[in-house]
Amino acid sequence: MSTEKVQIVEKILDANDQMAEENQQAFDKNHTLAINIMASPGAGKTSLILRTIEGLAKDYQIAVIEGDTAPVTIDADKVHALGIPVTQINTGGDCHLDALMVRKGMQALDLNEVDLVIIENVGNLVCPAAFKLGSHINVVIASIPEGDDKPYKYPNIYRGIQCLVLNKTDLKPYVDFNFEYFEKGIQILNPGVEIIQLSSKTGDGLDTWLNWLRAQIDAKKHATQ
Amino acid sequence: MHELAVTESLLKTATEYALENDAKKVTSLNLLIGTLSGIVDDSVQFYWDMISADTICSQAKLNIERQPAKFKCQSCQTEYALDGELSPCPNCGSVNIRVIAGDEFLLQSIEIEK
Repeated sequence: MSTEKVQIVEKILDANDQMAEENQQAFDKNHTLAINIMASPGAGKTSLILRTIEGLAKDYQIAVIEGDTAPVTIDADKVHALGIPVTQINTGGDCHLDALMVRKGMQALDLNEVDLVIIENVGNLVCPAAFKLGSHINVVIASIPEGDDKPYKYPNIYRGIQCLVLNKTDLKPYVDFNFEYFEKGIQILNPGVEIIQLSSKTGDGLDTWLNWLRAQIDAKKHATQ
Repeated sequence: MHELAVTESLLKTATEYALENDAKKVTSLNLLIGTLSGIVDDSVQFYWDMISADTICSQAKLNIERQPAKFKCQSCQTEYALDGELSPCPNCGSVNIRVIAGDEFLLQSIEIEK
């Protein structure tokens, strides 16, 4: 019997990254923009998705992939009620979506005519950061009541994103939230990232988000491959 | 929190390399894990013991090397290590910084018996 050392140097989760890359190619082929919405539970992912559908559905074909850790269709039902194609992924207790789960979601939808796929990740500020899905745009929704220290406590989630939405601005008068401290944390992690403040409830700031998203969808629609 | 998923991925990669190299048994795995990766050593070890049982990697030892987080200031090019709270560049105070190390989760090598 002999012992031997085998050099490897391979990234763990490489298989997920490769599948994410393939997902993105499939989206690109259809000129479909895919966005991955991440946030803690209760930050307002579903509400903002519903407002986004209301604001954009007249101009674009939208589909939604809903991720949840339990076999519930509460969020999917709300999207379905707006007449939008939606597929529910139950992660079976897993704390995040991965590229394979999204692949299954994509297969359940007809992407041909779709301009925008919204992927609602599992409510969690830790794990979704580690798993690429193939989305072109990653968004974190933070909210005023969560507090201004979240970038310091959950740094990874803020690093690979293209847009940070700060939701529930209507609660600013009632909560101590130091925006400068919050913003500094975000800037350290992700210099120059788009930060949009809004309230899904009052609609304040929503147009800024919708216009930003429109520009991304249009760019993808007219992109040459 | 998702250590089960990453440990499964680790087992799969190690097993592939072991079989490619005609191993009878894997005796150890050498890992590099960055402090920013969010991976907890004890959890990886816990799942590893569970899922590697009855595989070619059964009882293989996990040697985990930790890579500290390192940043580079984009304004003045200062490189600095981070332990503790996120902080701006210690030299010029800029927040325009990039992570240059600490994200890693690498399987660097395995030791096998033939």
